[in-house]
Amino acid sequence: MTSLLRIDQVSKLYRTSNFGGGVVPALRRVSFDIPGGEVVTLIGESGSGKTTLGRIVLRLTAASSGQVIFSGQDISAFAGPRLREYYRQVQGVFQDPFSSYNPVYRADRVFELVRTSYFPHLPGPQWRDKIEAALRAVALNPADVLGRYPHQLSGGQQQRLLIARALLLDVKLLVADEITSMLDASTRVDILNLLISLKRAGLAILFITHDLSLGHYVSDRTVILRRGVIVEMGDTVEVFGHPRHPYTRNLLTAVPELHKKWRRLDAEATADAGGAARGPDGPDRAAGGPPTSPAVARRGRWPARTPRAAEALEPPPPLVPAGPGHLVAETDP
Amino acid sequence: MSVRVDHLSIAYRTRSGDVCPVDQVSFSVADGEIMGLAGESGSGKSTLGTSLVYLDMRMKHLGGSVELDGRHLPIDDNRAMRPYRMKQVSLIPQYAMSALNPTRRIRRLIADLLRSHGVRDREVMTELNRRIALVGLDQDVLDRYSFELSGGMRQRVTLLISTLLNPSLLIADEVTSALDVSTQRAVGELLIEFRDRGFSKSLIVITHDLAILAQVADTITVMYAGRLAEKASTGTLIEAPLHPYTQLLLASLPEVGARHDQVTLTGIPGRPPSLANPPDGCRFRDRCPFAFDRCTTVPPFEEVAPGHFVACWKAAA
Amino acid sequence: MSDVTAASPQAPGPVAAPLPGAPVAAAPLVPGQRSDLLHYALRNRKLVAGLSFEALFVLAAVFGPFISPHNTTDYFLPHLAPSAQHWMGTDYFGHDVFAQLVNGLRESYLVGALGALCAALTGMALGFTAGYRGGLLDEVLQLITNIMVMIPSLVLLVVIGAYLKTRGVLFEGVFIGLTTWPWVARAVRAQTFTLRSREFVDLARLSGRRAYSIVVRDIAPNMASYLFLVVVLLFGSSMLLAASYDFLGLGPTSGISLGTMMNQATLWSALQLHVWWWFVPPGLVLTGMVAALLVANVGLDEVFNPKLRQQ
Repeated sequence: MTSLLRIDQVSKLYRTSNFGGGVVPALRRVSFDIPGGEVVTLIGESGSGKTTLGRIVLRLTAASSGQVIFSGQDISAFAGPRLREYYRQVQGVFQDPFSSYNPVYRADRVFELVRTSYFPHLPGPQWRDKIEAALRAVALNPADVLGRYPHQLSGGQQQRLLIARALLLDVKLLVADEITSMLDASTRVDILNLLISLKRAGLAILFITHDLSLGHYVSDRTVILRRGVIVEMGDTVEVFGHPRHPYTRNLLTAVPELHKKWRRLDAEATADAGGAARGPDGPDRAAGGPPTSPAVARRGRWPARTPRAAEALEPPPPLVPAGPGHLVAETDP
Repeated sequence: MSVRVDHLSIAYRTRSGDVCPVDQVSFSVADGEIMGLAGESGSGKSTLGTSLVYLDMRMKHLGGSVELDGRHLPIDDNRAMRPYRMKQVSLIPQYAMSALNPTRRIRRLIADLLRSHGVRDREVMTELNRRIALVGLDQDVLDRYSFELSGGMRQRVTLLISTLLNPSLLIADEVTSALDVSTQRAVGELLIEFRDRGFSKSLIVITHDLAILAQVADTITVMYAGRLAEKASTGTLIEAPLHPYTQLLLASLPEVGARHDQVTLTGIPGRPPSLANPPDGCRFRDRCPFAFDRCTTVPPFEEVAPGHFVACWKAAA
Repeated sequence: MSDVTAASPQAPGPVAAPLPGAPVAAAPLVPGQRSDLLHYALRNRKLVAGLSFEALFVLAAVFGPFISPHNTTDYFLPHLAPSAQHWMGTDYFGHDVFAQLVNGLRESYLVGALGALCAALTGMALGFTAGYRGGLLDEVLQLITNIMVMIPSLVLLVVIGAYLKTRGVLFEGVFIGLTTWPWVARAVRAQTFTLRSREFVDLARLSGRRAYSIVVRDIAPNMASYLFLVVVLLFGSSMLLAASYDFLGLGPTSGISLGTMMNQATLWSALQLHVWWWFVPPGLVLTGMVAALLVANVGLDEVFNPKLRQQ
């Protein structure tokens, strides 16, 4: 598959207001591809930089260095009409469905917003048809949502409406930033199924989430981000099935499951890793040392340090192959 | 029995009138039991949890009683509840970790709180120092301000504060929601440990996340639209639920290992009824694939198997 | 639940606001809430009392000159006490005080409106631009704002006035407008910063909307109540400021206003000569006008901001 969007050595630094003159690296030299028509999941916890990356792709924030290449062009050079052209093909949906609506207007104003820039000469009835087609594509009944105010719609309806808005344009890539985390669990999976049907119709999706099970359900490829650095990435089934980086393993063991208790997952992870499970910044359990319960080992991990400036500007560990289509950041042996 | 709630009803004043997010709710929690209270938006679980500790201006006690360790708990009278709070029953409200006073160091915060509950500092402070290490925090955390701590650390501090006086009942409202997965696990395990060490006799863990409850809770109670739908031991509820809502809810949760091309998950169509205008009879019947004519009358929440309660005509049949 | 108000956080208090009672926080006028607003507005005593009182003065300004039996230029015997022929007596020059009062009211309102409009437009333009764009432009505009705050407007007026042969109502209004906008700009900038980071602004950007359109259509409506209160406050403070300038003799070189009446009364020793009907009416009327407006403003703030309501 050809690469639709390429993220190339993107870094984002924020200056802190401390007297130390520190910089906080939200992203450090992140590089990966989004092929057309595929779902790429960006998994990270808080502070990983995943939302920052989504905003950079959407041109809502600028990268400090590096490039984002869309169809062979660097998006940071886009302005005015060219930027509008970019937005015709790349759109975003965010975490809080209600906040995306201006509370002063009706919900379907989000469609009107698009009309003036992209369909200024389209006559009324055709515009109406277009809207209804987009609503049906997201399984919304036009009569249920048109003319309503945002607070009259449910969270699921609000999110679907925002996806419908994106479909009015010619989107090739949808950036979905935690779009289900504020929805009830019983409606979450319907939105995910919608994304999958859109993907089958050719849409590429950058699915940003902290929830590993959602990522595993929808995506073709997975990129795992930690503190602004990619630690593992590759084909989803491969990465989840054979996690190589200690951080990934840690995440997988910590995910609560319905049918398996935590302790048993821990044991599996230990067996899989060959008997020496380590937290990335926890105390080392040298082989042969006294066995400590994972709970105690986890506790030794706090408090977390914030990186110093020097650390911020260091190049991150390089990615090495670890399996078919599977890359892992090098860790110290 | 540690806690017994009997036909409790709480009304809530809103702009559009009075709603009843807790409607004739009855359950009990045994000594040493961790009960999970699960529900989605509009279920009333947070109101239920909060009402056991205090009633804010908008809440009104309509009926029913609460017993703690055999004694009546005067939840309808905020002033009468004062001697019970923090000592017998303690609440960690939602967003507690964001509500720590940023202008005070943690130690001072705790001291102020204890003093306002009439507890002398010294006896409890030594206990505090002991417990700090237990939750995996350094001693110097006490001398920091809340904004210097990460989310997980703050959540641990709130857990610590609310169990400092060894309450009989700890109610934890969405304490794992805003946390990273690894911190979630640490906090979840901490809840179990608090129960094991007796820092709190029983716990009610309120959350929308059934998976966390599957790890942490001994029994799970599912709430829907202000009423209890099902209560059973964790294993039974997860593996063999009887209420259609529980069944559909579990069927809509993706697990690590499930992919869209192997498993089709579906959500529950429709949305929960507005509590301002609830339907008659079973509140789930509009969305329930098994609804039949009997569902227009309210199904009683009764025991259909030892320790397994359901409010459903189909399940009771 | 349906009771949603997209509440904005408390605005930092406007710096050096000309008068106390500056509005507390912004709220959008959410539709579906408009009927609620009317309900509360009609029941708010401060608002109703203030507006009714103000209405009296407005009526006096509009109809006064028509019902007044005399003109401002007619001469009568000087220092006549109030009587049936001269409802407020005459001044040192023999002019009818009542006629002067109602005509002066008109001029005071005119200057007030002009000053408020000027200040509001300038302050909002600069505040929105600084708040939306940020960066270097924001720094530059802040610098300009700070400089304007430092310049003493009275001294500036004296200096400019020395170079102008005549000063009119237009000049005074515009001058007041151009010297009282800083606090408006700062307050609007602060609110704009907050609103700019909201997701619906991101969505508007993603829809290809231009900055001007986003500010006017997305951001400003969410501050509507605040902007309204600001304008009302500016109106009151402009009138008061105009009266002060007039009192010092720095007002329009011709024409009558409340301030000039009091200026002349002072210059011609009305206090010492016990000609109270010359300076008491304009003083009382001015106080009443501005106070009524401020009280109404406080009431309006309570209507918009539920947290301020006593109940």
